[in-house]
Amino acid sequence: MRFSMNGIAVSVAVLAAAFAASTASAQEYPTKPVTIVVPFSAGGPTDTVSRLVAEVMGRELGQQVVIQNVGGAGGTLGAGQVASSDPDGYTLLIHHIGMSTAPTLYRSLPFDPTKDFSPIGLITEVPMTIVARKDFEATTLAELVATIKEKGEELTYANAGVGSASHLCGMLFMNAVGAAMTTVPYQGSGPAMTDIIGSQIDLLCDQTTNTTSQIKAGEVKAYAVTTAERLASLPDLPTTTEGGLEDLKIAVWHGLYGPAGLPDDVVAKLSDALKVALADPTIVSRFAELGTTPVAATEAEPAALTATLTAQIALWKPIIEAAGVYAD
Amino acid sequence: MELLSNLALGFETALTPTNILWCFVGTLLGTLVGVLPGIGPTATIAMLLPITFNFEPVTALIMLAGIYYGAQYGGSTTAILINLPGESSSAVTAIDGYQMARQGRAGPALATAALGSFFAGTVATFILAVAAPPLARAALNFGAPEYFALIVLGLLVSISLAHGSVLKALAMIVLGLLFGMVGQDIYTGTPRFTFGQPELFSGINFVSMAVGVFGIAEILRNLENERERDVMVKKVTNLWLTREDFRRITMPVLRGTLFGSLLGVLPGGGHILSSFASYSAEKNLSKHPEEFGKGAIEGVAGPESANNAAAQTSFIPLLTLGIPAHPVMALMVGAFIIQGITPGPNVINEQPALFWGIIASMWVGNLLLVLLNLPLIGLWVKLLTIPYRVLFPAIVVFAAIGCYSINMNAFDVFAIAFFGIVGYVLIRLGCEPAPLLLGFVLGPLLEEHLRRAMIISRGDPTIFVTRPISATLLAIAVLVVIFAMAPSIRKKRQAIFVEED
Repeated sequence: MRFSMNGIAVSVAVLAAAFAASTASAQEYPTKPVTIVVPFSAGGPTDTVSRLVAEVMGRELGQQVVIQNVGGAGGTLGAGQVASSDPDGYTLLIHHIGMSTAPTLYRSLPFDPTKDFSPIGLITEVPMTIVARKDFEATTLAELVATIKEKGEELTYANAGVGSASHLCGMLFMNAVGAAMTTVPYQGSGPAMTDIIGSQIDLLCDQTTNTTSQIKAGEVKAYAVTTAERLASLPDLPTTTEGGLEDLKIAVWHGLYGPAGLPDDVVAKLSDALKVALADPTIVSRFAELGTTPVAATEAEPAALTATLTAQIALWKPIIEAAGVYAD
Repeated sequence: MELLSNLALGFETALTPTNILWCFVGTLLGTLVGVLPGIGPTATIAMLLPITFNFEPVTALIMLAGIYYGAQYGGSTTAILINLPGESSSAVTAIDGYQMARQGRAGPALATAALGSFFAGTVATFILAVAAPPLARAALNFGAPEYFALIVLGLLVSISLAHGSVLKALAMIVLGLLFGMVGQDIYTGTPRFTFGQPELFSGINFVSMAVGVFGIAEILRNLENERERDVMVKKVTNLWLTREDFRRITMPVLRGTLFGSLLGVLPGGGHILSSFASYSAEKNLSKHPEEFGKGAIEGVAGPESANNAAAQTSFIPLLTLGIPAHPVMALMVGAFIIQGITPGPNVINEQPALFWGIIASMWVGNLLLVLLNLPLIGLWVKLLTIPYRVLFPAIVVFAAIGCYSINMNAFDVFAIAFFGIVGYVLIRLGCEPAPLLLGFVLGPLLEEHLRRAMIISRGDPTIFVTRPISATLLAIAVLVVIFAMAPSIRKKRQAIFVEED
């Protein structure tokens, strides 16, 4: 009896607390600055996207939105920190495609991306581009594919480290071509791009955030963009489909999450603020310079992020397992 | 004369009241965070990025750049005064700078750092203006084999960082290399020596290690003996340089500037080597190498100039090609993008006012730094008269706060304590921390470039001798070893002759 009495008392208290919390959050949230954890170092593409969005969301929410960079272990340290924080709406996470590859790349991941987070909405999908050193012989994607098939491991492919977007794109690319190249990992996109420009290495597939200015300046040779449509910022660059590689579709999608158990009204408020941010003209123009666009308002919703996350986990699992790469 | 009109445009931009003001704010903030142990320019620039949103792009970048080179400048202050280097370059300054401070010559040490940095900054700014694009092109010839050869050379000459036993110096470099192995292997993702700690996956934090083995270990050593503490800093003799000092620092400053300017341009980690290279050069060229490690003013003048010149020229790859040379430059890329400018080869043509404005502002910033720092020397030196019961806890607290602020990670603070004890044990064993730190910094780079070169050559080691730059550097390394052996061989012979007599 005493146990159940205790149990009842506890559940009443929990209910009361939950009720108090939800009513308080409905009217007042946020009453103090909100922290968005970016699980990568400051200055990277994810950080840039996050800082742009945070600025406008802060204005909309009437509170400052602070970016905190918690880098390390391919983004899993920062994500783990948010997963175990209080679901009060004051600690959030912006993570990219790595959220969907982490469960396969890390065999001992301390969190479950589908269960330990409250998805809030998608932010943007950054396309990727296939580029080579500027003196590389192939001129079209078809020629490039033929060269790769012929030379195979004599060619070198750069990536920004295990689990990075360029690593994922490389795996898809080699799958689609049906031939392997020698993969050369770097620590981040910057050094990889440096060696492409310096003709130290042959190929790279990287986000438009990193490649657009170099393509426009003729420092690298570009072959294709990995989206269904051509980009407004690089109108002359064909898509992978046009070049005959239908299977090579990849975009680095970014999502906003809170820890699991975030009250629905807080999620709704954050999702609304995110929509306002994504419609902001400054953000649209800055994103355009990065070669990307904000997602449509219907995508900046929990349901859309959940759907993308689930689909992407299922997509990457077999590819990563087949390649046999693990990050731990 | 295009250069003159470009510079005129640059100064026109840099000398508007707003830009001078924010340049000053940036360099002041940079000096402050440089002085506070642990808080580095990366954390500061990251924190201040949001407030630059509403600035003009050129103003924002002038301020952020000011923070960076201001911090390079401020970092030497704590290295000299309390043996607390915040980054690898000031670790070298700490070797002789701190010894000078202990001898009551903190003033001349700080003045040397300030004047050397200003001179180097001026020259490097001029190099940026005259030769940035061709230098950046030349730097691109450095691939993995070249960096590997450069680092081998750097490690070999760094043995002269120690003033004691060569064997102990070698042991410290190797121990540093081993500490550098901790973390995820970048090629396979395999964790090494992480003991299941996720915090160790990205390696040991440099600041934890530097603050621990230098600063905390020194504090522990000072606490050994109550009497020793009172005599640690003898009375401060004078604040300014003597004529003799000026004579002694001239050549080191010139050589340091040359080393720093050239190495700073290399995007793959050249700037790290600049202060070490300069120190080694000075020690080997000096007529009194025995003074090094015991308060030689050349050991402050050379590395400080090299460090500041490299800080300036490491902007070259970013401004001309849009590629960042190190994490702070990566952050600057973020700052450009947030301002709506994508850094790349086109910036110089599309945004001439911005490009030349930043360059001109660097010179203005360096001038402001000298004007700011010279009068402060007296104040800094007074800091040393603070009683130890106040100063020591304050140093430890600031170091802990600074280190925590980098990654918001309590683990890094515990690491300071761990390395403090390691450093203390090493001092008791007569081993010096500087070679340890160099091994720690260069070890991961050495491995990264060695393995990358081998992957690119598909396992063929001749890649290191068939590429001309790499072959030349390795040949110099062999010569260094021969020269290093020669005196000891000669001495042994002499010793034998003495015995025979």
